[in-house]
Amino acid sequence: MAKVTIDGIEIEVPDGTSILNAARMIGGDVVPPAMCYYSTLKETGGKCRVCLVKVTQGSAKDPRPMPKLVASCRTNVMDGMVVQNITSPEVLEARKGVVEFLLINHPLDCPICDQAGECDLQNLAYEHGAAKTRYEEDRRTFEKIDIGDKIKLHMNRCILCYRCTFVADQLTNNRVHGVLNRGDHSEISTYIEKAVDNDFSGNMIDVCPVGALTDKTFRFKQRVWFTNPMDAHRDCPKCSGKVVLWMKGEEVLRVTARKDQYAEVKEYICNECRYDHKDITHWKVEGPRHIDRGSVISQNHYERIDLQKLKKEVERQLEFQKGKPLPEPNSLNA
Amino acid sequence: MARKLLLQHENVPGINTFEVYRKNGGYASVEKALKSMTPDEVMEEVKKSGLRGRGGAGFPAGMKWSFLDRKSEKPRYLVCNADESEPGTFKDRYLMEKIPHLLIEGMITSSYSLGANTSYIYVRGEYMYVISILEKAIEEAYAAGFLGKNILGTSYSLDLYVQPGGGAYICGEETALLESLEGKRGNPRLKPPFPAIAGLYASPTVVNNVETIAAVVPIVNQGGDEYAKIGVGKSTGTKLISASGHINKPGVYEIELGLPVEEFIYSEEYCGGIWKGRKMKAVVAGGSSVPILPTDLILKTAKGEQRLMTYESLSDGGFVSGTMLGSGGFIVLDETACIVQHLHTFARFYHHESCGQCSPCREGTGWMEKVIHRIEHGHGHQGDIDLLVDVAKKIEGNTICPLGDAAAWPVASAIRHFREEFEYHIKYPEKVKNPKHFELEPFVSEKSLVTA
Ligand SMILES: Cc1cc2nc3c(=O)[nH]c(=O)nc-3n(C[C@H](O)[C@H](O)[C@H](O)COP(=O)(O)O)c2cc1C
Ligand code: SF4
Ligand code: SF4
Ligand code: FES
Repeated sequence: MAKVTIDGIEIEVPDGTSILNAARMIGGDVVPPAMCYYSTLKETGGKCRVCLVKVTQGSAKDPRPMPKLVASCRTNVMDGMVVQNITSPEVLEARKGVVEFLLINHPLDCPICDQAGECDLQNLAYEHGAAKTRYEEDRRTFEKIDIGDKIKLHMNRCILCYRCTFVADQLTNNRVHGVLNRGDHSEISTYIEKAVDNDFSGNMIDVCPVGALTDKTFRFKQRVWFTNPMDAHRDCPKCSGKVVLWMKGEEVLRVTARKDQYAEVKEYICNECRYDHKDITHWKVEGPRHIDRGSVISQNHYERIDLQKLKKEVERQLEFQKGKPLPEPNSLNA
Repeated sequence: MARKLLLQHENVPGINTFEVYRKNGGYASVEKALKSMTPDEVMEEVKKSGLRGRGGAGFPAGMKWSFLDRKSEKPRYLVCNADESEPGTFKDRYLMEKIPHLLIEGMITSSYSLGANTSYIYVRGEYMYVISILEKAIEEAYAAGFLGKNILGTSYSLDLYVQPGGGAYICGEETALLESLEGKRGNPRLKPPFPAIAGLYASPTVVNNVETIAAVVPIVNQGGDEYAKIGVGKSTGTKLISASGHINKPGVYEIELGLPVEEFIYSEEYCGGIWKGRKMKAVVAGGSSVPILPTDLILKTAKGEQRLMTYESLSDGGFVSGTMLGSGGFIVLDETACIVQHLHTFARFYHHESCGQCSPCREGTGWMEKVIHRIEHGHGHQGDIDLLVDVAKKIEGNTICPLGDAAAWPVASAIRHFREEFEYHIKYPEKVKNPKHFELEPFVSEKSLVTA
């Protein structure tokens, strides 16, 4: 076991736990955001850099601070480690920079994007971004392509978190998709637009933090916050069969795996459950799905509202915003 | 004449063949090491020599070797980094082209010391002709019994392979190189683990630059102590410098570390002074990634001491007034050069070469290039300079591999030392429309006009 202090809060965690996961055990505002790490996919993380934190004391044995900010998702805790996340202006400044980097080539087409309302980038930009952009040049653009008959790739929106390539590697057989080219011209692609076609490929859609991979059977059907998410299950020989049905009235508009409060899927589902059972009679409905993380999805009040909880959440937000250093005005190009 | 340890036979006709190389004392280090020394004794000599990595970072070679996980059951590997792609650096190519057997000899002696029975030379893909030179040399070495099973009748065996790179600068970063060597996309790995613990095929691996490995030959031949007598302080031995730019005699020079920078630039033995009788404006001393310095700061440190060609002296003053020896790519700019234009060339390179794995480097390098392009072509505006400084700051230190830093430092240092030139571009957009603007009318600092 290792004792680690994050933003002044002490916790004891098993050896080999990452700083990010230690922070998640504490919960609340000290949890760094994560755009590329995915707990149920091996080797993810380290790439997006939004989870950077400052290690002010390496360990009890070697108390020297680490010279640079480190990716909390891929740095393991040591006994006696002291970490700063939201208490370090340096971390918040770097994070603001990363969010800006993630947005400069992003099309900002939320009004027509199916992911809006359940997009990690939207949430991240809301909490850490600036209101104006300093970027004046043309954004890089790609053509939209179909990868398989069920998935649309909208490369303009991709943040190159590599999660989908890990799905392809770890959950499906015969990987046919990966990353082409370098730098800001890298793109997710299949070999000559070959169809991604195997039983678990649909999970790419769920792990994608943005609207780069969307479900063609759901595209443009409905804004997610006008749907009612319901936990449901069926006996499935291929997967756990535990899903969320996104309903409008009695109609099943979309089927996805269940995501936790960090928007991560713990139990992946097969393509048959995802695409071929859009009929309420095929499922045993368990009840409304609770969507966490202050998502706009909860705004349609499909769940019974817990006023006490809502008040707490609003207070938490106000408190968090108060503690943040004011964003610097983007007056450079004014 | 300065002492030469690597290039002393460069002009001997036929030195690229095994026969002539051997006649000139070649492969003596292999004989000495395999027949009269234990692997650890060879490593001791390398430690004593004070040899530092010649690939850029200057990490002590002997210490790196000592980190190799010798308890592991897995095979160990020595990988030679011959991916040389840093703008301004061409010394490894010169060495491999002229005296290929020196590298092969160094590989054998070093592999013996590290206990590697399979070793690789990862050569930049664009150096196709060098690859055939090396392959021919390796064939000759096999034929002469210096490679293969039971070398020189000892129990030591070694197979040596040449691997052409895929054509990316990033594959020179040691972990990207290992990925590429394994046949994967050349993305740098997250460290730790370091290659010494889990490198090629997750086995203990040492990655060294061509020149580092070549230097092991004279070190074993004459002993580490003798080698350490050359140089100043912790900068021991000789170093290959690739000199380019506005000088009379561009080329590859072997210098003794400790040579004054001024002598290197102006003496007939080396660069032969600035061309066309012009004055010097700035120097990039160690390849495109290191901070650029104006004339006064490259010749003398901020404290007024003479600057020497050593790791320590060049970095004296840190990022404020110093630079780095880096890979030894020495680029000289004369008074007609435009710093903004020069910086744009570098920025374009880093934008093109970022692997795209981590957001600050992927997005930031492209952004910086575009802003510098805008300034250079007379479309910049007030605020662009501070914007550049801020973007560079947000990349630096926040990325997976040092390419992000390497892209940020040239920008930060160019603005630190030549801010007025950037301002000039923004103030007089008409004057910089012609790409040869400073050749037609050299830049004169307005500050100095006022004070003069
Ligand atoms: C982007 C990047 C490119 C690099 N390119 C080279 C290269 O072309 N040749 C080289 O020897 N080292 C290169 N390096 C340094 C290597 O990562 C590594 O430090 C070096 O090969 C170690 O050898 P040494 O200790 O003998 O210097 C590069 C590093 C980075 C970050
Ligand atoms: S498509 Fe989505 S999951 Fe794949 S790399 Fe891009 S953002 Fe990540
Ligand atoms: S710093 Fe640049 S080159 Fe290095 S891993 Fe990140 S994106 Fe790739
Ligand atoms: S979540 Fe840690 S770097 Fe992306």
